[in-house]
Amino acid sequence: MRIPSARGEVSSRLFALLESPTPDSREEFASAVGAALAADPDLLADDDLQLSLFCLYELAYSGLDGVADLEWDPGLLAARADLEAAFEQQLRALVPVPALPEPTADAVAALLFDQTAPSGGRSLSRYVAKQATDEQLHEFLMLRSVSTLKEADPHTFAIPRLRGRAKAALVEIQADEYGGGRPGRMHSAIYALTLRGAGLDDTYGAYLDAAPAIVLAACNQMSLFGLHRRLRGAAVGHLAAFEMTSSIPNRNYGNGFRRLGYDEDVTWYFDEHVEADAVHEQIAARDLAGGLAESDPDLIPDILFGAGASLLVDGLAAEHILASWEAGRSALRVPAPVRA
Amino acid sequence: MRSGSRRRCARSLALVDGHASRRNEGPQVVACPDGPFLVRGDVDIVLPDGTPVPRTRKTVALCRCGLSTIKPFCDGTHRASGFRTG
Repeated sequence: MRIPSARGEVSSRLFALLESPTPDSREEFASAVGAALAADPDLLADDDLQLSLFCLYELAYSGLDGVADLEWDPGLLAARADLEAAFEQQLRALVPVPALPEPTADAVAALLFDQTAPSGGRSLSRYVAKQATDEQLHEFLMLRSVSTLKEADPHTFAIPRLRGRAKAALVEIQADEYGGGRPGRMHSAIYALTLRGAGLDDTYGAYLDAAPAIVLAACNQMSLFGLHRRLRGAAVGHLAAFEMTSSIPNRNYGNGFRRLGYDEDVTWYFDEHVEADAVHEQIAARDLAGGLAESDPDLIPDILFGAGASLLVDGLAAEHILASWEAGRSALRVPAPVRA
Repeated sequence: MRSGSRRRCARSLALVDGHASRRNEGPQVVACPDGPFLVRGDVDIVLPDGTPVPRTRKTVALCRCGLSTIKPFCDGTHRASGFRTG
């Protein structure tokens, strides 16, 4: 991925370090992270810190253009750990966790279905279906591209951390996400087709500059949960809640694009998720989350935390987009690059 | 031939209650509470006149509430309608 534009002291020091890892650049980055965290930031709204975390995580995904292999660099990992600790602390303070269910797959699945039940309130997907403009649909695609061009990857990190029924369930879901062996059916590839069909750039990270902190936070929390064995329960809960709030909204998104005359190349991604996630939500609730709850009852609080974090942060990101549009503003942090 | 036979044998192993088992190797239909039928394995899905229904994924969910817009597959509508199986 191309290194994005810096958003403050921490990200500018990070990019200087990534381009030239010298003792001086390392020290300046470490001290910038320390100073930023000492100021007790609101991580969910902090562009500089969320972008820094996003780029630190990227070293564990497909890397950053022109940057040496620094995935396991102790200094960068130490800074990432400090940012993660503050992020997790804030999430745990904000995410409501319900009373614990019985440690059975049925009880955990029932609670998750209850927590993710469709509601009739304000909804980004209904706005997209009924009234979003063409410009707004493009903003929607650009903001989603930040996570969707690596769709499924964060949760895949959890596979070797599970066993038995939960592991088989996660592999079954992820295999479908990755196209069942057909590269052209990978969900990230189908999304790239959607971007191209709408005249947008399908390069990974092309619209990163346009994504505000809350959109990056939604992506970063998946990496946080996926990359730490300790948080495997949260990774499972997050994926379950994500899949369980997907089918109906995706039907709405597809309808929004159809309303403005887009063809099947553009709507395939959304239509695919209507069918796929109606399958995945059953497997994720009963076999993945429910299976893990039965084999590791101690993880039930984290399963519920991960599910709650998904609902909270993804909900805040959707609310940001909806509130921006309703106020007649762009939801992008900065204007997007001009389309070719 | 012998090695081919061993491969088939290995493929037929499945996990039951966390232990390797040769049971559960055929198609499986899960009746999800308040939800669809989940179908795993090699099953032909056809319309009443015998026309095959294109199947693009290994595990599919079949509509049980009657309200899906992509029948015979499930589209999650049962959750918005309060469908109950029991």
